[in-house]
Amino acid sequence: MTTIDRDTPPPALPGAMPGSAAAAAPSASLAAIVRRRRRSTVDNPDRGALSSADWRRPSVKHTWRSMHFLLLVLLLVWCLGPLLLLGKFAFTPTQDILTAPMAVFPNGPTMHNVDQAWNRYHIGQFFMNTVWFALGAWFTQILVATTGGFVLSVLRPRWAKVLNWAVLATLFVPAVVLLIPLYKIIVHPPVGDSLVNNFFAVWLPAGASAFNVVLVARFFDSLPREIFEAARVDGAGPFRLFWHIVLPMSKPIIGVVSVFAVIASWKDFLWPFLVLKDDSVKPLSVYLQSMANVDKGTLMAALAISTLIPITMFLVFQRMFLRGAGLGGAVKG
Amino acid sequence: MTTDDVVTVAPGPKPARFQVHERSKQRGTPATWVRRGGLTALLFALPILFIFGVFSWWPIVSAFVMSLQKTNLTDAPVWVGLDNFRAVFADPLLPTVIKNTAWFAVLALIFGYPVPLIGAVLMSELRRRKGLYSVLAYLPVVVPPVVAVLLWKFFYDPRPEGVFNTVLGWVGLGPYPWLADSAWAMPSLVLEATWAAAGGTVIIYLAALISVPAELYDAAEVDGASVLRKVWHVTIPQLRGVLFITLILQIIGTAQVFLEPFLFTNGGPNHATETIMLHVYNLAFANLGNNFGQATALSLLLAAFLAVMSLVYFRLTRSWSQS
Repeated sequence: MTTIDRDTPPPALPGAMPGSAAAAAPSASLAAIVRRRRRSTVDNPDRGALSSADWRRPSVKHTWRSMHFLLLVLLLVWCLGPLLLLGKFAFTPTQDILTAPMAVFPNGPTMHNVDQAWNRYHIGQFFMNTVWFALGAWFTQILVATTGGFVLSVLRPRWAKVLNWAVLATLFVPAVVLLIPLYKIIVHPPVGDSLVNNFFAVWLPAGASAFNVVLVARFFDSLPREIFEAARVDGAGPFRLFWHIVLPMSKPIIGVVSVFAVIASWKDFLWPFLVLKDDSVKPLSVYLQSMANVDKGTLMAALAISTLIPITMFLVFQRMFLRGAGLGGAVKG
Repeated sequence: MTTDDVVTVAPGPKPARFQVHERSKQRGTPATWVRRGGLTALLFALPILFIFGVFSWWPIVSAFVMSLQKTNLTDAPVWVGLDNFRAVFADPLLPTVIKNTAWFAVLALIFGYPVPLIGAVLMSELRRRKGLYSVLAYLPVVVPPVVAVLLWKFFYDPRPEGVFNTVLGWVGLGPYPWLADSAWAMPSLVLEATWAAAGGTVIIYLAALISVPAELYDAAEVDGASVLRKVWHVTIPQLRGVLFITLILQIIGTAQVFLEPFLFTNGGPNHATETIMLHVYNLAFANLGNNFGQATALSLLLAAFLAVMSLVYFRLTRSWSQS
């Protein structure tokens, strides 16, 4: 029975993080939060401030039940209400929208708005521009974060420490500082012509996200080194290691970064507004702003169409979104 | 694929680095550097070096340079020393935009700070359909901000037939001028911003609430604490870390608010909603035009303030995560 002493290695302590405490700090608090959550779910699946005994008391039960019901009504009215209203406007003639916005189809519904938005204002084309914008921004972010994380966490050359600090330092620089100098670089790039109206103007700066790099590097740190060692013994070089071992093991974090990346480009306004001015590249958000003064019915239909995709994506990938949102709060917000 | 694994990022002792070959004793020559994997490391670092170099590090340096220059981005820039900063402080609009931004931040705290907390505490006690509540609360967050603003701009129609005026008319209130009046405009902006952002805060609080150790509640019950006392003396104190984090993050976010004032009112009526960011934008790109130097100087000053805030945030998260 000699195997008894050969215990599994001691589990990593949540708080202990020698080395780059700086980088670890946000994700450590995150890890601590989630670890505690998991433990408490295992111990006591239904434990909140109210115990099962509390729930059995009629007064407590009725109070909280009714508060929960009230909350549901408020959420329906406050969060869903405006969107339902938007959906209704999309099929209501402009005249009715303006004179009786709260009435439900006083003169019957119409397809005219949607038809106008799609065929006369070509919402579909701008929608595709947003898709392109999001795809390219996603690709740069994944490329920079995974290769950068690989260097910082796995290869770790001697200069990795400096690189790590240089990347982390940008976390403290708010976006407002970068706006004008970035614009200058896009208008007068060091090489080549102005990148205005070129998708690269939004794709490339999107990659400079220290948040992504930190997130991915922390994740790589948690991968078991024994596997890397085994791969090295089997003769795998760094490229094979990256492509065949590290990336396949990192699907969860890549998923989270991807969701962040797509949502961010879908929501972005000011930067594309400055650099993607031509109709052939303008994303939806910028185009909608220029539509602000068209016929109300058409505008409402255009707004409704633009909302459909993000909402559908959210409903399909809700778990990922909500997990990402909680995580974003623990790390960055 | 479960995102569960993401969160097991347990920063234990820093694991050994990956070595292409065993480290040899000899050192120095380029050939040994290549053999030790120096070149491959550099190749892997190329994307991060290029992207961060051109689109992050260089612009940061460039911001300091530009704040000392007079430039319209086409002609050669002229060095003007601290003139841009003097212009920022001499700007008659400066007190207005600072006051407006602070007012926005204060209103955003009043509207958007307590409500998500109460909502999250209620939601965390749900035993069924928690998912439905979370989805509903988060729904506005996924609406593209431009869509939300344009939709709410229509809701704020000041005519009695406007959406909000109609609804408030049912209970005998209004009609209110909303965006058209300088006293009403800012609260209207903040109301929409709160609608768009509150869901995210609720989810953050929910994540933190789940992490409150069950033993604390058990202990409180042994001491005979009522439900309200448990919430007040256990739940809320356990949340103080995350409450402070969201507070700082909200201040950092609201200090840079741009979209709402730009799309709702473009700073009006009579500069009542012109925020610092909108002023930076106006100096550089809009009617005042091409005053890039002064705009950069103003953005640097704002950034200095925000850097202090994020430093506080950073120190606190670090001390909490180590405790």
